[in-house]
Amino acid sequence: MSNNSNNSAPSSNPPLGGGGAAPSAGGPVVGDSAFPGQIHETPGGGIVLSKLDDVINWARSNSLWPLTFATSCCGIEYMAVAGAKYDFSRFGFEVARASPRQADVIIIAGTIVNKMAPVLKRLYDQMGDPKYVIAMGACAISGGPFFYNTYSVVKGADHVIPVDVYVAGCPPRPEALLHALISLQEKIKMGLTREQIKEGL
Amino acid sequence: MTNEELKEKITELLPQAVFDEAGQWPTINVEPSDWHRLAEQLRHDESLLFDFVFCLTCIDWKTHLTMVYHLDSTKFRHNIVVKSKLPVVDPAIDTISDIWQTANFHEREVYEMFGVNFINHPDLRLLILPDGWEGKNPMLKNFEDPINMIRL
Repeated sequence: MSNNSNNSAPSSNPPLGGGGAAPSAGGPVVGDSAFPGQIHETPGGGIVLSKLDDVINWARSNSLWPLTFATSCCGIEYMAVAGAKYDFSRFGFEVARASPRQADVIIIAGTIVNKMAPVLKRLYDQMGDPKYVIAMGACAISGGPFFYNTYSVVKGADHVIPVDVYVAGCPPRPEALLHALISLQEKIKMGLTREQIKEGL
Repeated sequence: MTNEELKEKITELLPQAVFDEAGQWPTINVEPSDWHRLAEQLRHDESLLFDFVFCLTCIDWKTHLTMVYHLDSTKFRHNIVVKSKLPVVDPAIDTISDIWQTANFHEREVYEMFGVNFINHPDLRLLILPDGWEGKNPMLKNFEDPINMIRL
């Protein structure tokens, strides 16, 4: 497989994946989990041409191992997503690692209190790059029901660590968490850094 | 024992007990100075045998505090509620952790949240709040925290 960023070959090169995706200049098709690249038919087989960045992003997004981090009621919904009915290992989140050194994504399922904030920061720092964060539930987004009149809750996990995807709900339905996981996968496949996305590229 | 029998028995032990007619269990109001003696009798009396304190907490009415104890007997399966009124300034009451050991932790929690001093408690210090929260009693109604608490 060779790396070619501009493919101006004739239209006899079908793109991989489902039909309906127009052959682009080698970029990823958002929302499509097929292998990014284009097939060139050659006698005796074919050659797949792609960008190494796209392939790496595709591989990363389809194999995100979450860190088991559930502090509150959202943890029960997280466990439901991990169970048999709404299975997230279909999407590659197969192994929930207990050690942050081996995890890629931390799903903050639950309330972050003032005593827990330095622990969360330490776990995030121990994760190796590239790492992603999903804030699940109202408490992790903004303090949730504990926004007013409480002395102990941090008003949003993004006061402690930078967050990629926010899932609304108290607790969010398992389907909502799956939608968030798929959004995170699409975000990874786009290949932009957090700052670029904030600026609106 | 039924509720009426319990009330009779407790009036025998402590004639100045005042009963409240509320809820499913008989409620006794005692003075803080009488509480320790009554607690010993409730634990060791042959017909009462209250050996399980399953709730120990405090309520802040703005004019006074009320200590609330829920007692259960695992042998006879009867329950009572004991309430004791404390002043807001320097609230203090005898500890019952020498009678029921579980009260050790519950009284530490009431101490850290409401500031009630438990006399003769073996180890009165903060239970769950981190260091630096001594003296700030978050569960009191007049607790102010301008940084964390956002008032509607």
